[in-house]
Amino acid sequence: MVSLMQYEYLQNAVMAGFFGGALCGVVGVFLVTMQASFLGICIAHAAFAGALFGLLLDFNPMAGAILFSLGAAAVIGPLSDRGAFSPDTSIGILFSVMLGIAFLIMGIMPGGRPEALSLFWGAILTVSRQDIFVLAGILALLVLLLLLFFRQIHVVACHRAIAAAAGIPASLYFYGMLSATGVAIAVSLPSIGGLLVYSLVINPAAAAYQLTYNFKLLLLLAAGFGVASCWLGLFLSFVFNAPAGAVIILSSALLFMIACLLSPKRKPSLWRNRSKTTFPQ
Amino acid sequence: MNDVIINLQEAYVSYNGSAALDGVSLQVRAGESLVLRGPNGAGKTTLLTAINGLTPLLAGSIRVFGLAPAGRTVLEVRRRIGYVAQVGAFDPRMPITVRESVMTGVYGRLGWRRRVSEAAHAAVNATLDRLGLRPLAARPLGHLSGGEQRRVMIARALVQEPDILLLDEPTASLDDHTRADICSVIDELNRERGLTVLWVTHDLDSLPASCMRVIRMQRGRITTDAAPDGEAASGRRP
Repeated sequence: MVSLMQYEYLQNAVMAGFFGGALCGVVGVFLVTMQASFLGICIAHAAFAGALFGLLLDFNPMAGAILFSLGAAAVIGPLSDRGAFSPDTSIGILFSVMLGIAFLIMGIMPGGRPEALSLFWGAILTVSRQDIFVLAGILALLVLLLLLFFRQIHVVACHRAIAAAAGIPASLYFYGMLSATGVAIAVSLPSIGGLLVYSLVINPAAAAYQLTYNFKLLLLLAAGFGVASCWLGLFLSFVFNAPAGAVIILSSALLFMIACLLSPKRKPSLWRNRSKTTFPQ
Repeated sequence: MNDVIINLQEAYVSYNGSAALDGVSLQVRAGESLVLRGPNGAGKTTLLTAINGLTPLLAGSIRVFGLAPAGRTVLEVRRRIGYVAQVGAFDPRMPITVRESVMTGVYGRLGWRRRVSEAAHAAVNATLDRLGLRPLAARPLGHLSGGEQRRVMIARALVQEPDILLLDEPTASLDDHTRADICSVIDELNRERGLTVLWVTHDLDSLPASCMRVIRMQRGRITTDAAPDGEAASGRRP
């Protein structure tokens, strides 16, 4: 395996796994903490539809993915806030529309099906250096925003209504987190694929969520699990000659199961029975 | 006589066609302590959320410190209001501690990139001590009992150093002793700092001593606005 690392396509895959895994893990924390995983599914399918739209109209698929995922994030926020239907229903309808658009484009695309299928399944072994620079740039931007607004992001992710009541512009941060999720999913699409990228967003974050109550550590663990999923998946796909995207997702699911088994949160009764306090006399 | 700091004129709010506030007019002066009473669905909670801009009006007007709690001025209004909502139990897995929850009250006043000052940390510690929460400070919020979580929410609102405190049944699910102590903390702040308090409660026995007016609501309207003695005489349990 080490000798194989001299090949540029493997170096690229390892780097894409690092930046893409960390990026997806971090934005996954936003969704998991807000208990809004279904929003992630919807945004992921919007990104996929957007990438196909780009292919159909012969412009950059990543630009199309970013455009559609940001559009979905802009629509989902108000829908989940004050739609006439329940948020699940509204997001479910938007999700089905995006999936319909994606399959419609795949159906009518003249001669572009191999590229479309590559977006569907992902192709981490054919990721270009340019794609890696984009992934690294978006990750750096996200880390910068987290450093600047960590406290506000933390409380908005945990309890948006309380943050709003305290005078924090909670809706702005909420839409910002949804937009960051949209962009992260869109730029990870070429390597992981439209069908699987959602799992790489949710699984590492859900695994980390089982292990800590510390939000900073949660972000670091989720990023680490995202990278570990990608690298473990790459290694196993090489060993078993299996599709990389699928093995990456199965690796992330395996990490989640291990985290569940080791989770201190499985025993909340231990906490509840600790010392109760009373008002000071 | 102090200035009117909350001024509602013919305020109207509706949910799915039924009026939650039906032409409510109310003036509250700085330093007043009011109790809001009424059956479920009377509009008490809606009145509080309309004052801090969480519920928009369909008609009428609200001014808080002369500002509308909407649009560009909503955050400015909210930063001066401590609001303790009726919140259900928190997710026991939520990654936030008691101290971090109370610190939320400080964040609204911070500009972007500004660090939390030593004075703010000291204020948080003092409030945790005052409400008996210091031993719980490092615990996850979701692991506390319902009553302890209520105290955390009150501490969060007090740390905000508000000019107005909106309390939506803050002593529900608290034992008698803790309830009396919460009342005395709020009374003290009303007396010492001139904090304006609007307090929703069903429990006539836990009227705060500082209470100056008892407002009774029914079907989105204010039906009586009286001094506490008369209200207590007609409404207290035998």
